[in-house]
Amino acid sequence: MKTNPTKPKPAPSKVRPAKAKSDAFVLRLYVAGQTPKSMAAFANLKKICEEHLAGQYQIEVIDLLENPHLARGDQILAIPTLVKKLPPPVRKIIGDLSNTERVLIGLDLLPRE
Amino acid sequence: MAKPRKQLPKAPTGIQGLDEITGGGLPKGRPTLICGGPGCGKTLFAMEFLVRGARQFNEPGVFMAFEETAKDLTQNMASLGFDLKDMIARKKMVLDFVYIERSEIEVTGEYDLEGLFIRLGQAIDSIGAKRVVLDTIESLFSGLPNPLIVRSELRRLFRWLKDKGVTAVITGERGEKTLTRQGMEEYVSDCVIVLDHRVSEQVPSRRLRVVKYRGSTHGTNEYPFLIDEDGILVLPVTSLGLQNIASTDRIPTGIARLDTMLGGAGYYRGSSVLVSGTAGTGKTSFAAHFAEAACRRGERVLYFAFEESPSQIMRNMRSIGIDLEPWVQKGLLRFQANRPSFAGMEMHLTMIHKAVNAFKPQVVIMDPLSSFVIGGNEIEVKAMLMRLVDFLKMNQITGLFTNLTSGRGAVEITDVAISSLIDTWLLLRDIEIGGERNRGLYLLKSRGMAHSNQIREFLLTDHGVELFDVYVGPEGVLTGSARQAQEAQEQAGKLMRKQDIERRHLELERKRKALEAQIAAMRAEFEAEEVEALKIIGQEKAMEKQLTQERVDMGLSRKADK
Repeated sequence: MKTNPTKPKPAPSKVRPAKAKSDAFVLRLYVAGQTPKSMAAFANLKKICEEHLAGQYQIEVIDLLENPHLARGDQILAIPTLVKKLPPPVRKIIGDLSNTERVLIGLDLLPRE
Repeated sequence: MAKPRKQLPKAPTGIQGLDEITGGGLPKGRPTLICGGPGCGKTLFAMEFLVRGARQFNEPGVFMAFEETAKDLTQNMASLGFDLKDMIARKKMVLDFVYIERSEIEVTGEYDLEGLFIRLGQAIDSIGAKRVVLDTIESLFSGLPNPLIVRSELRRLFRWLKDKGVTAVITGERGEKTLTRQGMEEYVSDCVIVLDHRVSEQVPSRRLRVVKYRGSTHGTNEYPFLIDEDGILVLPVTSLGLQNIASTDRIPTGIARLDTMLGGAGYYRGSSVLVSGTAGTGKTSFAAHFAEAACRRGERVLYFAFEESPSQIMRNMRSIGIDLEPWVQKGLLRFQANRPSFAGMEMHLTMIHKAVNAFKPQVVIMDPLSSFVIGGNEIEVKAMLMRLVDFLKMNQITGLFTNLTSGRGAVEITDVAISSLIDTWLLLRDIEIGGERNRGLYLLKSRGMAHSNQIREFLLTDHGVELFDVYVGPEGVLTGSARQAQEAQEQAGKLMRKQDIERRHLELERKRKALEAQIAAMRAEFEAEEVEALKIIGQEKAMEKQLTQERVDMGLSRKADK
């Protein structure tokens, strides 16, 4: 899986905090160019991860404008989409991730009501 | 048809019949909505559009499936002879299954469907696709929350597809009050086609209707269509109008005296002939005569039997001296026997179409039409017959239909529904006189020829149908043994008259002979008298002579001086 090292700009594509020994959470964020929604999603995601998963997560950002063929593999329709590859089960979270609670539910960090 | 005006560019579907209805296909470079209930054939329609596009028109296509997986689709289409795997391998098609599972998706905040656009765009670009199918895109509404976003994104998608210049087919499930559940018809406004699968009288039938076609004329009827092993087949026959060329060629009926009744030459080629009558009047025999006569001329005959099996027909016809079997063996006569109830009217019509197109007959016989009438569907039967007659006429095929009329007296009324389609109408009926049923033949009409107005009686003999003049005289119309008795009576009368004349002749002769005998007798008598008289006269004369002599002698003896 190719990753994009430059976009979105404000952050490197792989955020791998130093203290991470094992990447318990493998997250993939699909975006299409640097749209405000994508930027917001990335910022929100980073914030949530830092707060709740510090040291045990890995984020890949995939820009479909550059790698359109990757959309098929993860069944991406909506942008932005966050795919939780690990731990299973695979989950998708669609949107700009502005609702922290729903993101945590999506990551199975909070129980579903 | 008016002068062909410049219409929208169209993308031919290659689906038989549909391109005729739409005047060339779907609007090129625009989206078309196909909607209908479950199992109406939407997916097949869409897939056939792509497959035929790629195969026949060299337009590769992208099939984006939202409901069936690529594997399922490939398997389903293989049963129709569409080898999707091969087409994908040859880059004629991209099959993309879009998987949406609501339970696996969490939504937080705003999103768009750019991913779908990118995916579709990538698929289109990878093979240079000209056609796109989205089947069934409405699944997005159930798979994704926030229908407002989906709605606006779809609107954008259709615009985007138009900009891409691809001809798109979008399928949609029929809704309660709208054409589709999510009102897709609002977005896809260029062409909307509704498919329908309904069951009436336990017989299913599929219909197709072009509800809307912007910028183009199109047939607006509900057209029956069929899904068979070759895919979809739409029957647009009613759109053809009355354009057929009437032939002046005449073909014999197979019954010499019937030809004479029909202006001496038989039916017109390409005309439609109806033989109607009550049960057991010999309709099939007339059909068989016609079939045999056509085969004798070396023409091909397609015989649709709806009540009897081919072998039964052949056996029965052999009993009246018509042997059809050799023609079947020679391949000039083909039987196709089906129960009318086995399929819907359209299915039958379509099968007839297919059979006619495959066999290319000059004569088509349908025996009998009436078995299609199941509980008040005469209108449908008429519609079917109309299409059939049109179709046959277009192909210059002579059609002979038999029709069972029920009951007495109403024969002409029950047939009115189809009579206007018929060119030559023979009515066979029972004539009941003197405790007998005899068969009578009327020529109710025969367009475009001087035909006999007389009733004929006909007999089914061991050498076929034979027509007789019925006895028409002071006693009324007589048939059967009454006719024969009348004929015998006339014969006897004639004989008596003849004998009478002979007798008179003899009498006269006898009288003449008597007269002549009388004359001879009288003459003999006269002759006898004459002889007697002459004898007496001779004696008298001799006596006188003697007297004179005696006197001279006496004078001499007296020596008289004077």
